[in-house]
Amino acid sequence: MGQTIIDTANHIAGYAARAARVKVVAAYPITPQTTIVEKIAEFVENREMDAEYIRVESEHSAMVACIGAAATGVRTFTATSAHGLALMHEALHWAAGSRLPIVMAVVNRAMGAPWSIWPDLSDSLSQRDTGWIQFYCADNQEVFDTIIQAYKLCEDERVFLPAMVCLEGFILSHTYTPAKIPDQEKIDAYLPAYKSGWTLDVDRPCSHANLVSPEWYMEFRYMIQEAMDNAKRLIPQIDKEYGKRFGSEYGGLVEKYKCEDADLIMVTMGTMGSDAKLAVDKLRKEGQKVGSARVRVYRPFPVEEIMKLAENTHILATIDRHISFGMEGFLASETKASLFNQKDRPLIAGFIAGLGGRDVTSETIEKVAKKSLKCMKEGKVEKETEWVDLRE
Amino acid sequence: MTAVPKKRKELPVTPLSFPTVGSMGKTGSWRTFRPEIDYSKCTRCTLCWVYCPDAAITREEDDSPKIDYDYCKGCGICANECPTKAITMKREEE
Repeated sequence: MGQTIIDTANHIAGYAARAARVKVVAAYPITPQTTIVEKIAEFVENREMDAEYIRVESEHSAMVACIGAAATGVRTFTATSAHGLALMHEALHWAAGSRLPIVMAVVNRAMGAPWSIWPDLSDSLSQRDTGWIQFYCADNQEVFDTIIQAYKLCEDERVFLPAMVCLEGFILSHTYTPAKIPDQEKIDAYLPAYKSGWTLDVDRPCSHANLVSPEWYMEFRYMIQEAMDNAKRLIPQIDKEYGKRFGSEYGGLVEKYKCEDADLIMVTMGTMGSDAKLAVDKLRKEGQKVGSARVRVYRPFPVEEIMKLAENTHILATIDRHISFGMEGFLASETKASLFNQKDRPLIAGFIAGLGGRDVTSETIEKVAKKSLKCMKEGKVEKETEWVDLRE
Repeated sequence: MTAVPKKRKELPVTPLSFPTVGSMGKTGSWRTFRPEIDYSKCTRCTLCWVYCPDAAITREEDDSPKIDYDYCKGCGICANECPTKAITMKREEE
């Protein structure tokens, strides 16, 4: 039966690390992540969790400690935010290139300067090209479930890649909601001990990720791309199986809501996806055929799902809690890129909203939807990127 | 020892190397200067063996250093470290 608790997403991420029987945790505090590693410290100290807890001197060291630990064939976990993640950047490439299934919670926080502790997705999206799988969660339950699912996926020999489980700071990280924690035996049955693809072993010394000549480097890159493709295939299966065992299912790569007959589909990531559903219900009552598609997995990007969504719709409205300066939001760019070769593709309107924790409510999304419906009627998108609620 | 792969499908997920003698071939051919030991000056202190970055110096039973010219690249660190100047660097063609 498990138990239902009421707690913050950060504490729930700690519960997930405990449930996954993580063996090594490297911890360095940063707002708004800190309470994740605090919760885990409590578990380790109380002996509720049999793990090595390494207090490191920086996030770069946290990632490198996880790499070393994972290379010995054990399950590892860490968590960070914003500038901590940026400091890890170099090591993120080493983790993915070494094909180590490290799982990391990223509590999304806007990047400075100027300082902000509030959420947007710029920190994790900046790590797009590191070879990490990226999940984005919409509620506390999904944070728990996705961490467990991430280990299942990443430790699959067809994948062997690390994953970030991203959740927006404060909106989720410090907000108390109910969440179901399944029985430990059920988690153990679902998630057996990690079997590594290669291992650092004192009895058979080796060095890894050594210099590779131009004759072979491309092949190692291609294998990461293949692993991403495999992940794209496996995520919906894992989500379904998890749903059967534990009761929560999230639609695999994209959580679709009332998309079947929709003229307009709002494409979002993270918690905006929940607000989008409320906006859809309201607009549907007013007679507008609107749907919501929440991109749950950003890497690998769900190109095929976006193509399928676009088949029967007139306009897609992407809402990015992110800006790639000099261009637009990544979600807008990649949605457009996914559809370029598709016949009769819909219009795509790009919106930027919620940067640095600016509140995005269902009313905000309703406003975006109404603007997009107007574009649909006029048959054109005049402004490629519109900033929502920007002060004059 | 695993064989050198010929096809992509034979590659491990990440390159791994296990310690072995001379995986890059006989690197002694890179040498311009050859270290030579004057055993009458050598005190068997083993410092050359400690400092050799290529593990191309081995220790005999009585701690006498022995240079493996198949792999010594002639960097000269042993000659520099030798406290009794028992090692001299000689140009290869001499």
